[in-house]
Amino acid sequence: MRLRTGTGMVYVSLGILALIAPLAGVYPVFLMKLLCFAMFACAFNLLLGYTKMLSFGHAAYFGSSAYVTGWLVTAQGWGTIFATLAGVTVAMLLGLVIGAIAVRRQGIYFAMITLALSQVVFFVCLQAEFTGGENGLQGIPRGSLFGLVDLGGDVTMYYFVLAVFVLVYAFIRRIVRSPFGHVLRAIRENEPRAVSLGYRVARYKLLAFVLSASLAGLAGSLKALILGFATLSDVSQGTSGEVILMTLLGGSGTFLGPVLGAGIVVTLQEYLSDHVGAWVSVIIGTIFVVCVMILRRGIVGEFAARFARRRGAALD
Amino acid sequence: MLGIPLPVILGQLTLGLVNGSFYALLSLGLAVIFGLLGIVNFAHGAFYMLGAFAAYIALQAFGVNYWFALILAPCAVGLLGVLIERLLLRRLYSQDPLYGLLLTFGVALIAEGFMRDRFGSSGKSYPVPEQLHGVFHLGFMVLPIYRAWVVLASLSVCGVTWFLIERTRLGATLRAATENARLVQAFGINVPLMVTLTYGAGVALAALAGVLAAPVVQVSPLMGSSLVIVVFAVVVIGGMGSIGGAILSGVGLGLIEGLTKVIYPEASNIVVFVIMALVLIWRPAGLFGRE
Repeated sequence: MRLRTGTGMVYVSLGILALIAPLAGVYPVFLMKLLCFAMFACAFNLLLGYTKMLSFGHAAYFGSSAYVTGWLVTAQGWGTIFATLAGVTVAMLLGLVIGAIAVRRQGIYFAMITLALSQVVFFVCLQAEFTGGENGLQGIPRGSLFGLVDLGGDVTMYYFVLAVFVLVYAFIRRIVRSPFGHVLRAIRENEPRAVSLGYRVARYKLLAFVLSASLAGLAGSLKALILGFATLSDVSQGTSGEVILMTLLGGSGTFLGPVLGAGIVVTLQEYLSDHVGAWVSVIIGTIFVVCVMILRRGIVGEFAARFARRRGAALD
Repeated sequence: MLGIPLPVILGQLTLGLVNGSFYALLSLGLAVIFGLLGIVNFAHGAFYMLGAFAAYIALQAFGVNYWFALILAPCAVGLLGVLIERLLLRRLYSQDPLYGLLLTFGVALIAEGFMRDRFGSSGKSYPVPEQLHGVFHLGFMVLPIYRAWVVLASLSVCGVTWFLIERTRLGATLRAATENARLVQAFGINVPLMVTLTYGAGVALAALAGVLAAPVVQVSPLMGSSLVIVVFAVVVIGGMGSIGGAILSGVGLGLIEGLTKVIYPEASNIVVFVIMALVLIWRPAGLFGRE
């Protein structure tokens, strides 16, 4: 029970922090960017953390959805909500196609296949007309919620993004704790056994993949609306790497880990990129190496393990 | 054929052969490393880039010519590989292979970031060695002698490596260690040393490809980062760990890519990935792979 109240306290304090942060003078655009990438990492964690599928091309869903939403709002005059939903739908379909091919293989093969197919998406975005090629889409307006609430202001937009984030977070928690989530974890622990128990493992994995791709798409759409642009970097291999790092650093397979990881990586980029130039890439690479060598459970995972061990010792 | 003049097709096929020999050399190193270590070396593109830069720096700073660079650069970069294996990769063999992929991804980011900081993102040109100046007149196209040399050199190195692994005693030991490392160790063979040297050799092959590429492409810190993904796809098509498969599919895909440039240029960047998807649907283990 103590652990439960402990996490409860964490959530309450995080919630209060999130609610007052923009009023306390923290730059809302930075906070929104952070929430977006946290959402992206949580979606990614659904695959890596709970099914142990390392997708090396998640930027494909994030970026394509950002492009579709941006294009529909700018060139077609769609409303914010419908454009976002359309973006998510595209990400979902893309996840369905790529996932159907990728789930045929496991482990590193899966990683390489998702990487290669995301590269196709990258080149299509590079050459297609509607994406604006090298320039990307600029000046995407935020619009309003069904014409009722104008999202142009940073603080209003922030609370909208926060609400979406909380919904997505709760949705992912619900999935993981559902019978479906338990099957996913059974696949993670021992796939042959899950097969022998009669589960159609490929279908479960594909559904997890599609869910993850759709939520990654939602994060991408929001990112395009928040920052007002969608560029090639959103669909690039670098973004795919970043979301892996966020999840790994915070702790894959934990609920709060990806949020913390996203917080650290986005903050680092925000404050370092102006000062150190190309060294950002060196720093990110070094964090990768450190994570893999000594922090495989991630920060949150490591804390949870310590806590559990101490409780075990106290019981003896 | 499709109203495209034959000389154009033959020309693109020849250029495709040049690219294909790079793919073959790179995917060969990747397959050798994967075969023995079970690790997908994401840093392969970075080592290729470091090989090209080693040749460039050696020429600029010490006046070392191309022929010496062809030997020295792979040795230097291979040594770096040995260090990385000893210090980092070695500790991951008991872990999930995904960690090896992530670690080498981190190493690639570090190498690329460091070189970008030192040399900037713009490409540097490396001169073609004077012995290989000039062109061959093939009738349908003018082929620079250097490009012909690239094909010859890469394919010979591929052939020799294939022979070493598949037809010699050393190769037999290596393949045995792939199947059952503990048993081979029980025969008194120093398997950890063999693993280290294999990684070093695979990395040296990537660096050799880098030196060969230096006069053809611009030497830049990011020259390997997108190439490595194509090479991944090539290895998946060939069947992971299959040495012959890596070489054949490398050359084959280079040719197909060349042909695509004539027929439908817009698709030339993605044709390798599309073929990979089709192969996976039809034969999940790759063309030459065994499950």
